[in-house]
Amino acid sequence: MKRSNKPIFWSLFGAGGTLAALVGPMLVLITGVLVPLGLLLPADTMSFERMRAFAQNGFGKATIFVVITLLLFHGFHRLYHCLHDFGVHVGPGLKAAFHGCAIAGTAATVFLLARIA
Amino acid sequence: MDATRTYVRPMRGWWRHNPYYRAYIVREMSALFVALYALVLLTGLFRLSQGRAAYDGWRAGLATPWAVAFHVIAFAFIAYHAWTWFAVMPKTLPFVRVGGRRVDDRTIITAGAVAAVCAELVLFALVWWTRP
Repeated sequence: MKRSNKPIFWSLFGAGGTLAALVGPMLVLITGVLVPLGLLLPADTMSFERMRAFAQNGFGKATIFVVITLLLFHGFHRLYHCLHDFGVHVGPGLKAAFHGCAIAGTAATVFLLARIA
Repeated sequence: MDATRTYVRPMRGWWRHNPYYRAYIVREMSALFVALYALVLLTGLFRLSQGRAAYDGWRAGLATPWAVAFHVIAFAFIAYHAWTWFAVMPKTLPFVRVGGRRVDDRTIITAGAVAAVCAELVLFALVWWTRP
């Protein structure tokens, strides 16, 4: 019997869901509301110099990689399963398309992190 | 003779008729905001790799009312996701046993919610202490 790839995608979905549940709301609040508006945190918290230094540093690279890729896998996996709820009949093509988006995003993240040396 | 026509129950708007289904769809739709937020961050990383002018353009975009409104809505959906994630944890985790007894569902939910609140506060504290 061909082995199912379900455990891989389900694990990534689960890991992303846990990450989103633990730090997601605060992350969105910081990067999307507080810093852009300069509320509580200065707008320069996300200045070019600071963010470049963060993306150059090993810990920073690992953090960016984990956050972007796990959130992508969580989001696209769940949206894929949602298609059924809205009457879309899914097949291998749509499954490949949704998970492919997450995989492409992962590849892009790795490429960009490597480029910010 | 006519071909047999069976009744197919329409799917349209099925989730709007029942509060439980509505909550389910809102929970599942949180994934849309999780994915979009990840794409916002990925775009930021891309602009960062292009240099200062590109990155500052991305930051200016984040400060527009539309972007802030999007993040406020995303915050609400992802916070709801967080709550539901821990609310189903007694079902998604294997049985947790302490001293031979199964840990109560309520204890698991509370532990998850407390862990999340602590993680959010630690994240904010880290950013606060290292702020410029």
